[in-house]
Amino acid sequence: MSSLTTTSPAKVKAQGVKRSDFLPYLGGKLAAALVSFLVTLVIGFVIFSLMPADPVRTLTRGRPTSEAQLVQIRVQLGLDDPIWERFLTFVGNTLKGELGYSWQFQQSVSSLVADRIGPTLLLMGTAAALSIALGLWLGIRSGWRHGSLFDRIASSTSLALWSVPTFWLGMILLVAFSVGVGPIPSLLPAGGMSDPSLPQEGWAHVVDVAKHLVLPCLTMVLVVFAQYVTVMRTSIIDEMGSPYLLTARAKGLTDDAVRRRHAVPNALLPSVTMIFMHLGILVSGAITVESVYSWPGLGYLTYEALRIPDLPLLQGTFIVFSASVIIMNLLADVVYRFLDPRVRAQ
Amino acid sequence: MTAATYTSAAPKAPRRHAFSRFCRAYAKRPAGLAGLGLLIAFGALALAAPLFIGDDQLNVIKVDGPQLSPPVDGYPLGTDQAGRSILLLVIWGARESLSIGLIATALTVVLGSAVGLLAGHYQGWVGKILMHVTDWFIALPSLPLAISLSAVLGQGAASITIAIAVTSWTATARLVRAQTLAVEARPFIERAKVLGAGNTQIMIRHVLPNVMPLILVSSTLTVASAILSEATLTFLGLGDPTSVTWGSMLEAAFLGGAVTAGAWWYLMPPGIAILIVVLGFTLVGRAVEHVLNPRMVVGR
Repeated sequence: MSSLTTTSPAKVKAQGVKRSDFLPYLGGKLAAALVSFLVTLVIGFVIFSLMPADPVRTLTRGRPTSEAQLVQIRVQLGLDDPIWERFLTFVGNTLKGELGYSWQFQQSVSSLVADRIGPTLLLMGTAAALSIALGLWLGIRSGWRHGSLFDRIASSTSLALWSVPTFWLGMILLVAFSVGVGPIPSLLPAGGMSDPSLPQEGWAHVVDVAKHLVLPCLTMVLVVFAQYVTVMRTSIIDEMGSPYLLTARAKGLTDDAVRRRHAVPNALLPSVTMIFMHLGILVSGAITVESVYSWPGLGYLTYEALRIPDLPLLQGTFIVFSASVIIMNLLADVVYRFLDPRVRAQ
Repeated sequence: MTAATYTSAAPKAPRRHAFSRFCRAYAKRPAGLAGLGLLIAFGALALAAPLFIGDDQLNVIKVDGPQLSPPVDGYPLGTDQAGRSILLLVIWGARESLSIGLIATALTVVLGSAVGLLAGHYQGWVGKILMHVTDWFIALPSLPLAISLSAVLGQGAASITIAIAVTSWTATARLVRAQTLAVEARPFIERAKVLGAGNTQIMIRHVLPNVMPLILVSSTLTVASAILSEATLTFLGLGDPTSVTWGSMLEAAFLGGAVTAGAWWYLMPPGIAILIVVLGFTLVGRAVEHVLNPRMVVGR
């Protein structure tokens, strides 16, 4: 009984500290994320609303417009209001989810983004999962035996792949596997997300989408996984000198067990942060890969906007991409706290 | 008088000595030497290009080669849709691709070093604000920001250069700030302050020379990513439509249906050129990093 009373307050206290610590922590991170979203909006406003010399000219380019019509458009767009008023309207509209009106599609930007976000999530999600798995595995293997043949091959392959423009790799894969060169027949579809001649539902549709997904996904994985190899390899090597590994070996554990149970969990910590921080690279990859494969996602939407250029649409995709990266960074902070006891204890 | 000659002569000899020691250490790194060799070869080709490539070979109207032909006699790497030799185009493209990469890097490094020095030296609210701004820019995804900037600024090399600099100065700024803090903690800075050196003098005369080697290392790696960004932005249609760069060749190939035609000979050379140059800068950067600070790069 006495032992129970002595241990339980300590337990309760420990849990209480954890919980009461977490909420302010989360609150602080949320506030920081909100501030950086606001800063993103300021940057977006400066780029898209203040920098273009004359939006009305751009808007009416190539069409005969009278002076009176120009004035009317200026009033409609609120271009003559004071800057702070325009900024507040812009922030208010963005928070309400109104991202403007696309010149090119004659449709609201929000509805365009909503249509395109699914395919991008599918592509980025698959590519991220595959490249993280491949990158971490290769990184652990080559870090544990750094200097070995395996390490040298893995490291130099990832260095070479990092040095290649994503879109170029995409085009080469397209020529090799979709168009077919020499002995290689045409294996996979060249672009888009599904074949319009096939039924758009059921198992056949899933297989069709998967076939269309192979090349864009492969391109992104090949370019992105190199980052993870480097990060994971470095943190494994950083851990290798640690005394606790010597202790683990002294206990008589096999090399494999030392690696899996002792080195990897510790080395994963810095890698997790880096993985989340590098998700911005995935966004860049999505833009170029989707452009090459006309994958109907947000990246391809950006490309289509860029070709005109359709500024409201570009502004919308810029805000959506930035917001998603900010959310990812927030997630990284929370995940990191759960993974690393040292951060919790602070 | 003797004091003056002493101060001017003293720093020179150790510096020259340090430089020759650096060269000897660098020469022992085969990957670094290979990278340097690649870069020198490409640089020489780019500089010498006007000697053997003229308007006759580049002007779409004046050329008379076969159109979109695989490698044949006289056109070792094949031709593009207009009948221009791919080999000559790649060599000519090196000029603008390399110069945009180098100019964008110079801008990046100047901007980043200035922010980093100021943030490291003025540790009060100025430094805090500067670091907050840096963090905000780090959080922004770089390609969408670069695309937006150069779309608003209009097509062309200048807007691409600005967009690259605006999106990539943050890494340099953080690095320089960290190094500035380390240098300012050393006693000779205190000595300079006691002798009456102002803020500007401390930053320019005392901190900057100590931070310089690090800035040079990071700028080598910045060139590599600037060249990749240049190719990407140009490919997306933000470059000058009349000039020949590796990115614009790939854009022309993509839009002109070289992919559907299976014209691998058109797609390979510009991409391999980018790969070689980026690899060259990365290898040189890593070798220099290794020589200057062997501890920092154990893993990489």
